[in-house]
Amino acid sequence: MSMPNKADCFSSLPFWQNGPAPGAFYNFPGTAASSSNYNDCGIQRTQTPMVTGSSVIGIQYKDGIIIAADVLASYGSLARFRNCERVMKVNDNIILGAGGDYADYQYLRSLIEQKIIDEKCLDDGFTLKPKSLHCWLTRVMYNKRSNFNPLWNNFIIGGIEDGKPFLGTVDKLGTAFSDPVIATGYGAYLATPILTKAYDANSQMTEEEATNLIYKVMQVLFYRDARSFPKYHLGVISKEKGVEIRGPIEIEHNWEVSTMGRNQLR
Amino acid sequence: MSSIGTGYDLSASQFSPDGRVFQVEYAQKAVENSGTVLGLKGKDCVVFAVEKLVTSKLYEPFSNKRTFNVDQHIGLAVSGLISDARQIVETARLEASNYRGQYGVGIPLKYLNDRLSMFMHAYTLYSAVRPYGCSAILSSYEDNKPEMYMIDPSGVSHGYTGCAIGKAKQAAKTEIEKLKLSTLDHISLVKEAARIIYLVHDELKDKQFELEMSWVGECTQGKHEKVPLNIKTEAENAARQILADDSDSDVDEI
Repeated sequence: MSMPNKADCFSSLPFWQNGPAPGAFYNFPGTAASSSNYNDCGIQRTQTPMVTGSSVIGIQYKDGIIIAADVLASYGSLARFRNCERVMKVNDNIILGAGGDYADYQYLRSLIEQKIIDEKCLDDGFTLKPKSLHCWLTRVMYNKRSNFNPLWNNFIIGGIEDGKPFLGTVDKLGTAFSDPVIATGYGAYLATPILTKAYDANSQMTEEEATNLIYKVMQVLFYRDARSFPKYHLGVISKEKGVEIRGPIEIEHNWEVSTMGRNQLR
Repeated sequence: MSSIGTGYDLSASQFSPDGRVFQVEYAQKAVENSGTVLGLKGKDCVVFAVEKLVTSKLYEPFSNKRTFNVDQHIGLAVSGLISDARQIVETARLEASNYRGQYGVGIPLKYLNDRLSMFMHAYTLYSAVRPYGCSAILSSYEDNKPEMYMIDPSGVSHGYTGCAIGKAKQAAKTEIEKLKLSTLDHISLVKEAARIIYLVHDELKDKQFELEMSWVGECTQGKHEKVPLNIKTEAENAARQILADDSDSDVDEI
């Protein structure tokens, strides 16, 4: 209910309110000629992310996939929220990790969760598979960016399809690929070399070997990436044990070396 | 119906002189032509049992389901025109999904019932539409309590502890009234529901039927699911046994 300006509901309206100026045409809403205040403002689209998560890393091991992401959501360079889980279970054969804008991730998560419920409602025995979710996500991301309004995220999807592990990624532009080793954000520079080297040396890692490797990589990321945090979650999916979200796992760190040089200078 | 053919039954937007809306009553008749559906609310569970009449041997089993999931925690069973019912289900799912999108939790059954009742009622108001030829029973398990509602084609709804719709609803209701529902656990609910459906089934008029059962409660961690096949088969066998015993004793008496 909009109330007329400068008048309460008991007094009468001005005789020719909102009408065209004498000699001019009436301004109908929705026509090209109209210039409402709304249109003057233009439409705002996402140009920068606000509260962001940093790197997400994922690797394939012998029986499945592991995805890891720390628990920090930064506001610019400020370590604003220190308990944000960024790895989720989608269903019994998919896990997903997200970096980038945390609100955009929450939005997408609610979409996916509803998708899973809709699917359960059908009750036809079929469930969403990782490749399908990956493909769907590329469509969502590509569409959004084509409207100049991207979801500012990097997603990593891991899962088991037809008994084989699948690991794929989509970014805010809709660029997508799948690979046994994936890292996003700073991880792409800092983590991929370590992960790739380890994977090339032994592509049939056990779960323990893989989780140890992830621990090391997360430690490197914590030392090198200023938007990271010494606590992370692991999403582990395997044929035998299904999905498990573990954490938060703490990273041990030691900054003694950083003071050495400084003391010498003094 | 004394006033049939006097012109007041052509539209849902007009009362008859004695204050009835015939189109709505005809819609209720449509429900009464359909197979019996019953819902029982026990101690920690709601069970649906549907007598799905199979009109041809050529139909594949398990087709044209009459129990549906609306959300994780909400089940819906229908009697009446199945295609009308599917639209009700579609609407229910949309409402549930909207609520979840807005508030981040599953819709309380009370609210879903209100919204669905309003939706069905809207179709009893205009001459350009016909009322839904189906009744719906809703079930859920929220805050450790089972709940059940039934909606009529007129849009009227009530909460129930036990209800029956369809062909043999009268016979089924008398059977339900004999039960002490609030004391029954999920297994005995399934057994009683199966027994009642087998009891009220009219073998002479409708030869074949398929029993469809679903439940929601503590036993399913608050999720609405089909009753597992082994439990259902066991209940069906028990039901047949009871019927056979009864007819034997009838013979003895003669």
